[in-house]
Parts: sequence; structure tokens; C-alpha cells
Amino acid sequence: MTTVIIKYNAGNIQSVLYALERIGAEALVTDDHEKIVSADKVIFPGVGEASTAMQYLKERNLDSLIRELRQPVLGICLGMQLMCTHSEENDTACLGIFEESVRKFQPSANGETVKVPQIGWNNIYGLKTDLFQGVPENSYCYFVHGYYAALGQHTIAKTDYPDPYSSALHRDNFYGVQFHPEKSARVGEQILKNFIER
Amino acid sequence: MLTKRIIPCLDIKDGRTVKGINFENIRDAGDPVELGALYARQGADELVFLDITATVEKRKTLRELVNRISHHINIPFTVGGGISSVEDVRVLLQNGADKISVNTAAYKNPQLIADLSREFGSQCVVLAIDTRQEADGNWYVYLNGGRTRTDALTTDWARQAVELGAGEILLTSMNHDGTKQGFALDITGTLAAALPVPVIASGGGGTMQHFVEAFTRGKADAALAASIFHFKEIAIPELKAFLLEKGISIRH
Repeated sequence: MTTVIIKYNAGNIQSVLYALERIGAEALVTDDHEKIVSADKVIFPGVGEASTAMQYLKERNLDSLIRELRQPVLGICLGMQLMCTHSEENDTACLGIFEESVRKFQPSANGETVKVPQIGWNNIYGLKTDLFQGVPENSYCYFVHGYYAALGQHTIAKTDYPDPYSSALHRDNFYGVQFHPEKSARVGEQILKNFIER
Repeated sequence: MLTKRIIPCLDIKDGRTVKGINFENIRDAGDPVELGALYARQGADELVFLDITATVEKRKTLRELVNRISHHINIPFTVGGGISSVEDVRVLLQNGADKISVNTAAYKNPQLIADLSREFGSQCVVLAIDTRQEADGNWYVYLNGGRTRTDALTTDWARQAVELGAGEILLTSMNHDGTKQGFALDITGTLAAALPVPVIASGGGGTMQHFVEAFTRGKADAALAASIFHFKEIAIPELKAFLLEKGISIRH
């Protein structure tokens, strides 16, 4: 059982590695194509800016590699956003795995304003798939982001800020979470366990 | 709904937790990793580690400490204290820190904020401001752990820093710090209303009601405290239950 964390220029990859260690899972941080393709599980983390990250992935042919992966893949935060079709962040074409589009947070239609980026703990609800097995509805997870994926057919968790958006997505072998499971205390550890052990 | 955050702050000197009263009189309060893990289990929403070590060994010991923290703690943490370059930050983030806070170095070289936010994203750049209200009624920015006064108004500096890319403001009122008489509600509220980024209230939290006020009248997004947690005057679970009862949105 091997888990690979895709190494690229997005920050804070170590946190994911340490979180896996805390739940007793070993992982390898690498950008080696062969190691990624042959892993049982792949984690695609990310904190940073969309266009720079996509550029970096393209230069190393990691974009097409990720798209073609057959094993379970978990995108985290920017990783999940990059798995969508397009991001408003510097008008970036992304990997196109999820059809949901990524937009910048705006004040709500009823005029409610929010601070951007969203920083802190928010609820996840409408939970679907075994990624959330044992995770109660409205559990709190830790979010840090200025852009969000809209609701769509691949939505498997929702969060309100101020309006509902996709806090997790799923299609075939691909999963994405907007929050940081590696920083979401026991709830996050349960989600990582579900992904690693399923 | 996004919740208000409770943030215990651990001041670190030579690898141990300390807490000064009014920025002086340092007392020992234990192992920072143990204490941080305890707070995480008790429901702290985030942790801040401020390194006040002044030795040349500082960089290495801080890096090792950050590495140890990130192996043991499952909630986000910020590291601050004497950070003055992109390279300093890179090392801390590589060792697992989620955010870093800058203070004096950023004031002296505001370009540092722009460089850090471009390199690592504004979400990990916290600007810490130590502020004091003077006889003229204005709040001024202080540097070097509160020892050096500047002529800058806190609102002006905070606005400039956010424009440069600071993603969060950690505001410590020197008038209130260590007094346990409550947070500086007016300047915190002014900044929280004026800025598009979260504001963390710091300095003066002594009772659970003070936290309610920080979040309501002070409009703070988070409240930070140290000694009341370290010396077990207020327990985090009890504080969170109290805040919930008062209608504050809190993770529980």
C-alpha cells in the first residue's frame, strides 16, 4: 500500500505528510511520474495561486498525468480547485476533471458581506460518498481560501460563505476537498483515514 | 457558518513557553509542544507560537520546534518572532508552519509583506501590530516588542499592509496586554470594520465575558490569549460553552 503526495510548487506539502504519519500512514512526497502512476493512492495538495501552479504542472507534464490517473486521487484546497475546469483566479484553465467552475467570493445576493480569504472553521453538510463515513453532518473543518468551486453534479459536501458552495467534489476515482483535512483536528483525520483505508 | 476562533498564544524562549506581563517579567509555563497539543485536544481553533529568543541559535531551534509542533498538532498554527526574510519563511513553512507573523521587520521594510504574499500567498502572512493609545487619543504602532514608538497610526499601517498582501491582522493592545481588564474594543472594532481581512484581538482577555465583547462590540474574527490559558484560569471547553450560550458562532 503506497500513498504518494504530488510534489510541486504549492506550499505546505509537509503538513499533509505529517498528518498521514499521525494516522499511521506512510507516504512519499514526489514528482516522479512512475512513482505517482504506480501508487495505490495519490494526494494532490496545494496552497497558492492557480495560474502559477498550473504553469508549473504543465512544464513537468504533471497536468496530463493527473488527469489520467486511475487510482483514488484526493485534491486538497488549491489541488481540488485545479481539478476543476476553470478558475477565475487569473483566468486559469484547469485540469477539467470536475465540471464545476472556481469563482472568487463575492458578497451575497442579499448584501451580506464576507471577508476574503475565508479563514477558519466552517460546517460541511450534505455529505455523500464513503469519504465522509463516520463524519457527522455539520462537522467543522478548517478552511483557508479566497476562491470556491460552485455547486454542481459532482458536489459531495456543501459549505456556506455566505452562499452555499462545494466544499468537496467527487467523480469516478477523483475526490477533492476545499478544506484542509490535515489541519481539521479529528474530523480531518477521519476523512484522511477514509481515503487511505477505503 | 464560519466560526469565531479562540487562539492560545505560546511565547517561546529557548524552546520553552513563557509569558510576560506587560511585555516584561518572564515566567516559565512549560513545554510548548505538550501545551499546544493539550490546547488542540481541548478545542483550540488555532495556535500562535511567538519566538522571543534572541540568540544566534534562534533560527535552528525555531525550525526544530516548528517541525516537532507540526508532527504532533492537528490544528493550524502560526509562527512569529524575528522573521525578516522570504528565506526565513520558506524554512518555517517547509517544516510545517501554516502561517507566519511579521511585525517590526515588515514595518521597516513593507516590501517584505508584498514579497511574502506573492511567494507564499496572503493566506499565510499575518501582520502583527503592537499598538498603544496615547494621551492624544490616537493608537500608534510600536516596534521591537513594544519598546520603540513610531509616529504611524495603527489604522494607516494596517490598511497599507493589507494592500501589500497581509492576509490577517493580529492586533495587540499594549494598554490592555496583561491587565485582564478586557480587549481593546474600540481599535479592534475600527480595524475589523475597515479591513477586508480577519482581525485577531489580543491583549487583555481576563474573563469569558471579555471574549464575548471582543466578538460582538470588537467585531473580532478571532481572539488570542496566553496566561489565562497557561495558568488554567479559563479552560477552553468552558469558554467555548459560554460563548455558545451567548449566541456566538463557535466550533464545538
